[in-house]
Amino acid sequence: MRFSGLKVLKEGLTGNKGWGPHWRNPEPKSEYDIILIGGGGHGLATAHYLAKVHGLRNVAVLEKGYLGGGNVGRNTTIVRANYMLPGNSEFYSHSLKLWEGLEEDLNYNVMHSQRGIINLVHSDGQRDAFVRRGNMMVGRGDDAEMLDTNGVRKLLPMIDFDQTRFPIYGGLYHRRGGTARHDAVAWGFARSASDHGVDLIQQCEVTGIDVEGGVVKGVQTTRGPIRAKKVGMVAAGRSSQVAAMAGMRLPIESHVLQAFVTEGLKPCLDHVVTYGMGHFYISQSDKGGLVFGGDLDMYSSYAARGNLPLVEHVAEAAMTLMPRIGKARVLRSWGGIMDMSPDGSFIMDKTDIEGLYVNTGWCYGGFKATPASGHTFAHLLATGAPHPTTVRHRLDRFRTGAGIMDEESTGSQHNLH
Amino acid sequence: MRLPCPMCGARDVREFYYQGAAVMLDRPAPDADVEVWDHYLHVRENPAGDIEELWSHDAGCGAWLKVVRNTVTHEVKSAKLAAEVAR
Amino acid sequence: MRVDGKGLVDRTRPLSFRFDGQSYSGFEGDTLASALLANDVRLVGRSFKYHRPRGILTAGSEEPNALVTTGKGGARDPNVRATVQELYAGLEARSQNAWPSLAFDLLSVNDLAAPFLGAGFYYKTFMWPRAFWEKVYEPAIRRAAGLGALAETKDGDHYEKAYAFCDVLVIGAGPTGLMAAWAAAQSGADVILADEDARMGGRLNAETLHVDGMPGAEWAADMVAKLAEMPNVRLMTRTTVTGAHDGGTFGALERVSQHIDGLPKGGVRQTFWRIVAKRSVLAAGAIERHVAFQNNDRPGIMAAGAVRAYLNRWGVAPGKTISVFANNDDAHRTAMDLQEAGVDVAAVIDSRAESRALGDYRVIAGAMVTGSTGRKGLTGIEVQTGSGTQKIATDCLAVSGGWNPTVHMTCHMNGRPTWNEEIASFVPTPGAIPGMETAGACNGAFSTAACLAQGVAAAKASLEAINMKVTDVDLPVADDTAYSVAPLWAVPGKGRAWLDFQNDVSVKDVRQAARENFTSVEHMKRYTTQGMATDQGKNSNVTALALLADASGRGIPETGTTTFRPPFVPVALAAFGAGAQGKGFAPERRTTSHAATIAAGAPMIEAGMWYRPSYFPAPGETTWRQSCDREVGYVREAVGVCDVSTLGKIDIQGPDAAKLLDFVYTNMFSTLKEGRVRYGLMLREDGFVMDDGTTARLGPNHYVMTTTTAAAGQVMRHLEFVTQVLRPDWDVRIMSVTEQWAQFAVAGPKARDLLNGLLDTPIDNDAWPFMACGEVLVQGVRGRLFRISFSGEHAYEIAVPSRYGDSLFRLLVARAEGAGGGAYGMEALNVLRIEKGFITHAEIHGRVTAQDIGMGRMLSRKKDFIGKTMAARPGLNAEGLEQLVGLKPVGPVKQLTAGAHIYSDGEEAVSEHDQGYVTSVAFSPTLGHYMGLGFVRDGLSRHGETLNMVDHLRGIQTRVALCDPVFFDPEGERTRG
Repeated sequence: MRFSGLKVLKEGLTGNKGWGPHWRNPEPKSEYDIILIGGGGHGLATAHYLAKVHGLRNVAVLEKGYLGGGNVGRNTTIVRANYMLPGNSEFYSHSLKLWEGLEEDLNYNVMHSQRGIINLVHSDGQRDAFVRRGNMMVGRGDDAEMLDTNGVRKLLPMIDFDQTRFPIYGGLYHRRGGTARHDAVAWGFARSASDHGVDLIQQCEVTGIDVEGGVVKGVQTTRGPIRAKKVGMVAAGRSSQVAAMAGMRLPIESHVLQAFVTEGLKPCLDHVVTYGMGHFYISQSDKGGLVFGGDLDMYSSYAARGNLPLVEHVAEAAMTLMPRIGKARVLRSWGGIMDMSPDGSFIMDKTDIEGLYVNTGWCYGGFKATPASGHTFAHLLATGAPHPTTVRHRLDRFRTGAGIMDEESTGSQHNLH
Repeated sequence: MRLPCPMCGARDVREFYYQGAAVMLDRPAPDADVEVWDHYLHVRENPAGDIEELWSHDAGCGAWLKVVRNTVTHEVKSAKLAAEVAR
Repeated sequence: MRVDGKGLVDRTRPLSFRFDGQSYSGFEGDTLASALLANDVRLVGRSFKYHRPRGILTAGSEEPNALVTTGKGGARDPNVRATVQELYAGLEARSQNAWPSLAFDLLSVNDLAAPFLGAGFYYKTFMWPRAFWEKVYEPAIRRAAGLGALAETKDGDHYEKAYAFCDVLVIGAGPTGLMAAWAAAQSGADVILADEDARMGGRLNAETLHVDGMPGAEWAADMVAKLAEMPNVRLMTRTTVTGAHDGGTFGALERVSQHIDGLPKGGVRQTFWRIVAKRSVLAAGAIERHVAFQNNDRPGIMAAGAVRAYLNRWGVAPGKTISVFANNDDAHRTAMDLQEAGVDVAAVIDSRAESRALGDYRVIAGAMVTGSTGRKGLTGIEVQTGSGTQKIATDCLAVSGGWNPTVHMTCHMNGRPTWNEEIASFVPTPGAIPGMETAGACNGAFSTAACLAQGVAAAKASLEAINMKVTDVDLPVADDTAYSVAPLWAVPGKGRAWLDFQNDVSVKDVRQAARENFTSVEHMKRYTTQGMATDQGKNSNVTALALLADASGRGIPETGTTTFRPPFVPVALAAFGAGAQGKGFAPERRTTSHAATIAAGAPMIEAGMWYRPSYFPAPGETTWRQSCDREVGYVREAVGVCDVSTLGKIDIQGPDAAKLLDFVYTNMFSTLKEGRVRYGLMLREDGFVMDDGTTARLGPNHYVMTTTTAAAGQVMRHLEFVTQVLRPDWDVRIMSVTEQWAQFAVAGPKARDLLNGLLDTPIDNDAWPFMACGEVLVQGVRGRLFRISFSGEHAYEIAVPSRYGDSLFRLLVARAEGAGGGAYGMEALNVLRIEKGFITHAEIHGRVTAQDIGMGRMLSRKKDFIGKTMAARPGLNAEGLEQLVGLKPVGPVKQLTAGAHIYSDGEEAVSEHDQGYVTSVAFSPTLGHYMGLGFVRDGLSRHGETLNMVDHLRGIQTRVALCDPVFFDPEGERTRG
């Protein structure tokens, strides 16, 4: 079924009786060419591109819960291509371009809104670092501008420029950055993958990975064994548990990142703002809620919930930066499980087990990567070779030291990225 | 979350700095295999369950602690001075 | 309208207030909601999506409809629940989300378009043309969305944070909570009893039930008075416990002065509490649920328990002729209480065929309400009985679909509630929150007697768990009527039957979601927005998921629930973030020279938490460059003084101090002689540079390490890690003394002359050569002198205890000025160090190795040190890595800019040809041109090459030559002079 304004009109006039399922509920087959473990954004996107770009349709996505229930359903929805280091720079640039054509590609409105992102600058040193980043972005063919204080003032009148603890000297403005409706991204990819013949199997937990003679043969699941020629692990915060089934240990630590939304308010914030000195970022959703977050809680966790210190710290940053939002009420807080890597950049590679592939280490940058992660992982699974934008993202880079991409420059401590 | 610092008693988690898995206690020999070093610094068991980890009571007595904690429930089971565990 | 003889409001104290500009009168003890109902105001708000007219639904913080804006200017407070806001004289409230007026709202046209705006419609449209999303569709959606508006100016109100600790925290002061607190307190426990309401007592204030032969409200007031007298009990009214967190930590929001006009001087509007409790008792009560039927959302259709509460607590009848629609016995109390109070009860429509009247009112058994009339206020209902349909004229319909225990907080730590068939709702799963007992209505116990008994039992269980002796308390006599309910989620029939009132989610939407395969309860929620409004589904979630279960052919337990997350009620950011406005966010660190520096007119810049002078302007200077160039000249030609106290200083003592230094620095320190200083480079264990600095040996086992300002905290923690975790066997102690010593650089050809005018014993080059250190007496004060240089000049750093810092700084500057020099700031310091190619964290930014900055030779081969092994990884020693170089302009454009990239000569300035980047630049007044430091691929071996520097952002393109990073005095002769 093709979605369009006309279809909505027609259905509205005829009682909305004609809408069908967005995706099928197939029974798992006994064998697939490719199995993806994890029905989050990246797994669903991989399935979409495997089918659409590579024509591989004998594919299953196995999800232990519901589709899109992982980090794609619990993030702060920011989409950007403002990375500084080679490797990440070309990958996220690629991703943003995919975002820009995504709605057409999926026939699904994911509400990708290029409302612009502003990284605030508080010191000369930080300005230089942001200029370096911005120059990388422009050199890559993306957009970046350096705003002075007045430039920021025009875009963000909400900020308290006079009293805030760290002065606002300007901001790095990335016009093509913005947000998207996170759930819709998962659903759009799911619908397309399903339409192209991929089996999306929910409530199907993988309990074992079958390896014989160093070659992957399939998986054991709560709905029975399934054979497969290739298996892709796309399990984000649960990557370590999935890899352990194949006897692997990953350079990953799982951490909790909280996020928050306020009650709906009339429009007051037109852009996405990040406040580095306060570890705080914020935007306003189309429903009017202020969506914001900060740093990790900092301790290893699979709880998908955090504690008060971080809640309060984030609110404190909000209050020094834009005290006018003081009377906005926090409606809900939640947490996601972040697959933190030792350099803060992701890992996409084959493993020592033939036919077994790994896609992990997205830290808290996975949402904006969704289309490119799917696109490049599909490329790796289909061709056996990394996509040109992911050649650096090897699993062994920490052992060899080659191609480390430490954007935060904090070193090999997982939670500091 | 509260951690029972052996020096100071139970204190709110905001007073502590988190380092990560307690494998960091066992620094390999400088000439150990690069795999060993890779496991020391990068590769993690990352259990969904009890974990041994290192915390520092930064905003308190400054002691480094070896804590046993559950990563699913956040239940803190014990905290010992790292200096005594390491010795 | 008011009902004579009813209510707990003080009728001797009338209060006038305004709603949407109209004046009304209420009484002390009213909420805004009860006062509006008393004045027959029924239309109070508009729904979010379709802008449907809405009235007051509930009498609690779960209210989804009656959200108003109070206050003016910076005090404007949107989305205030009229049901919680206490009335005060002069209260001004305004309706929201309606334009031009509440009664005539243009966007109510959305309601007519509803067939096209159903569940998930926006995912299926607005895709074409692409550019229209940001330009047309989204702005329109954004304008229509949102509820209230934020203030145009900042919040002038004060908020506060506070901590409390107790043995037992009792959450909710209804019959259950009061009894639990009483039992625990009688046993000597430290008890905190917190309740959202201004008046404790919970449903006892809203019912006509008796406890121990007294009216419930009186019994509650008595109990509160007794508790208030106990020293081990803290009563917290107007305090909502908002979240259960790890380790017995709870968040709680106290509305300190939201019930009075304005804020008293020094007063606080709200306090956010963090309460640490050894045990807790959740006695949060229950929330009544609605029944879905066509047009069940009209103003005048209310929760049956709320109608009873308005009557019994506030003496208000929300209508003249009231009817009741229910599926349980409890709702019949509404009819009985109204009847007794003399209010006309039209009928009780009970879906249960066997239902009968418990008093003198008409019951229509086995019947259902199938529709209603009255757009802006209910005028009548349509009732379907077994024998047909009848219309009943009524202006208020009290609806009860049964009660849902308030289990929310038991889910805050990922617990899932358990379905209970008997009450057709969810109850807490035991152990969901460690240390928490649940009791009373929130536990599914709905009679007063059961609540009182469970309160005592919960207190006992709590105390036993912390080994406290439990004193027996008598259980008061109370009503023990069994609760009986027959599930009724939605009345079959046409039209739109509403579930989530604020978000306009209807039964149809849930069914359509199921049809579109959004059958997971999370999918349904996200697709329809059911339960995502300000009440977070408190009023409607259970009903919605029962309908989803039905639509997807599953049972309710299998369908499950979405997760309830903190906070239990929305919390203002200003409360969570209290104290952080303006400069309150982070400490401000000031050096001892701060006052003198400000007095000199120096603009200050932030360096982490510190403030440091940018430059010291002199009369006649109009740009910072003029000042900077002059200050550089001081140091190169005479003498300059600069406060360097912000650098980290770590005192290291003990027999194994040298071992520690050898281990944390890449180069050797055990060979350092007493009275000497050495430059050291420190790596992280992953082989990248952490920091650099000097360490001085003051005695046999005594060293003072200097770190950069930026890395002071990191290095200190690192040393603690090394000494406690890696080498606890070493006999060495470390201590940060950054704040104990004021330290000043005295740099320039006349530095020694200046110092000799201040030191009790003059120094000379033989006793104090380059890199010497030791104790000195400065005007009789014991200080330390280090002959080190960050400017390449003959220079010293002199340190005195901080209390002498201010006077020493003034003295040094005065003497320097006498010698043709003076104070210099960060700008000049930066120029001086770039001229010498000295690095800062602009260069050692966390991604560079010792090899990258040309210090590979400092990696000792003779010893182990932190980072040694990993620094040897092949990837860190490969060809093509970016290495530190000096940069000089060689083309017609002379300017260099930090952050610019460097591209291959003659190639397009795009990433494919990227060769590196610029980290630091300055104009050298000494050399008369710009100079820069940066990193270029294999730069160490490319000196002399010409490349292209491009700053896309600033629009600057400069041809640059790569050179040695030391621009000035490469032999270092001036330092030794």
